Amino acid sequence: MRRAGSWIAGLVAVLASVVVFLVPFVFIFLTAAKDPADASRLEFSWPRSWAFGENLTEVLTTRDGIVVRAFVNSAVLTVVSVVIMVILAAMVGYLLQRRRSRLNPIVNFFVLAGLIVPPAVVPTIWVLQRLGLFKTMPGLILIEATFGLSFCILLFRAFVATIPRELDEAAIIDGAGPLRLFFAVILPLLRPVIITVVVVQAVTVFNDFTNPLYFLPGDENATVQLTLYNFQSQMVSQFNLLFMDILLITIPPLVMYIFFNRQIVAGMTSGAVKG
Amino acid sequence: MLAPVTTEVRPGRRRRTAGSTSATQRSIYPSWFYLPAAALYLVFFAVPTFASFYFSLTRWTLFDTEFIGLENYVQFFSEPQLLQGFVNTLVYGFVTSGAKVVLGLALAVLLTSQLVGRGYLRSVVFFPVLVSTIGVGITFKALLDPFDGVVNTMLAAFGIDGPGWFTDPDQALLTIAAVDVWKGLGIATLIYIAGIVAIPQEYYEAARVDGASRWQQFRSITLPLVQPATATVIILSLIGGLRSFDLIWATTGGGPGFTSDVIGSVIYKQYQAGFYGLSTAGNVILFLVVTAVMVPISILLNRKEVDR
Repeated sequence: MRRAGSWIAGLVAVLASVVVFLVPFVFIFLTAAKDPADASRLEFSWPRSWAFGENLTEVLTTRDGIVVRAFVNSAVLTVVSVVIMVILAAMVGYLLQRRRSRLNPIVNFFVLAGLIVPPAVVPTIWVLQRLGLFKTMPGLILIEATFGLSFCILLFRAFVATIPRELDEAAIIDGAGPLRLFFAVILPLLRPVIITVVVVQAVTVFNDFTNPLYFLPGDENATVQLTLYNFQSQMVSQFNLLFMDILLITIPPLVMYIFFNRQIVAGMTSGAVKG
Repeated sequence: MLAPVTTEVRPGRRRRTAGSTSATQRSIYPSWFYLPAAALYLVFFAVPTFASFYFSLTRWTLFDTEFIGLENYVQFFSEPQLLQGFVNTLVYGFVTSGAKVVLGLALAVLLTSQLVGRGYLRSVVFFPVLVSTIGVGITFKALLDPFDGVVNTMLAAFGIDGPGWFTDPDQALLTIAAVDVWKGLGIATLIYIAGIVAIPQEYYEAARVDGASRWQQFRSITLPLVQPATATVIILSLIGGLRSFDLIWATTGGGPGFTSDVIGSVIYKQYQAGFYGLSTAGNVILFLVVTAVMVPISILLNRKEVDR
């Protein structure tokens, strides 16, 4: 009796999830495979003619390959900013957990402030302009790295607590300096949390729209999210190409998800339930 | 943004080594490890944040500033379209946060029970979290198109006259909020699942022995014991909801008219129009709103936890 109930509940849940969560994705895929006239009807239907390959080539070659350039830009942005974020945040999280000093409450306060306070947009542009970094990739990289620091520091601080202090002492007795201790002993041990941080932040930075919009505006040197947004007004009658672009920029996070499913889950819930 | 609220795990080990002098601590753990991160934080976050308080009091063109006192704030609260953004921000934040708590908990309870297709369901609910917000916005704009959209076509098949969704001034904001919940529900569910899994099974067994119904078990065991997860979900979704901009910008652009504007989109519009001072005032107001909402809520949620 109970088993039958769970079967029915499960079936209902699966059906509901198909309608609510899968239909939008299937819609993206089908529309990306249609010809322009078919796609403009916005129907949830099988493509009349299967134009997947043509649409793909057309999106990739529009305006001298602006999508490809955007992918390169987004890749550079994501990789460099996440590397900076991880190293700097690991150093702070490590020190914050290991060393007790009067600085700790202050640092903790700023970390929390960094999570909650919305960044002030125009003053940030003003600072970037003064430094000659406005509308440049290095500027946007540093911005993304800065805005991600707080989140990473919290994860690192919690994880460092699980690494025995005896290891530090042993390394020091063996003659390691603080730098060797951190980079050769601690950092490799942080591997699980590093994977979490890298995956979560890579997805966040890759999908970020607001910061590129403000700090790296324009059409030529854009990131993938910005080109997608611009396509929305440029391709009014070409829904097939618009949805092909959506499909393309969904692939990197999807691949990340398939490979690092467990780490993403662990990262997003870590600390959340310890209370 | 995703951000777990983490509390430090303090191992008992710490007490043993607390005897080590601060001098050795200083040499093993040098303070300059803070410096690179602090430099970035200072230049790209702290300085702009503090500067925003001053610039919000000026008429500002990036090249020169003219001090005008509180005029920007007066303007913000006297122009109906700007004030609308302020009200909408609060509505949007609380609606999305509330919906994520209720639906997230319900889904988590469902997905931790003995259910067919549990693994599939967990992945499917979480997947929208990973998709670009702009992509989600464009997709739902097509799905919810008032004339050709899939949703309204389906409703018409049942003889229901579908609403205008994003194009209806009364519904635009709530439609965006619904899409936001669709996209962010996976995180809330995940946090709740982790919270429920952490509850010892013995409690449920004892309750079953005492003849407690499913609902009673939920009411008196699950609900109180997932409170830390609830606190995290509320705090995370409020921070995200109050600051939201990209989904709104990708779907309605604040329209029709100004009916779905939030502070985030007002900031961008004023920035585009060249009113940098006014835009920055919007930023300061957003800062105050977020702080005014978050501080009492986190104190309240944390106190509840201590009481138990």
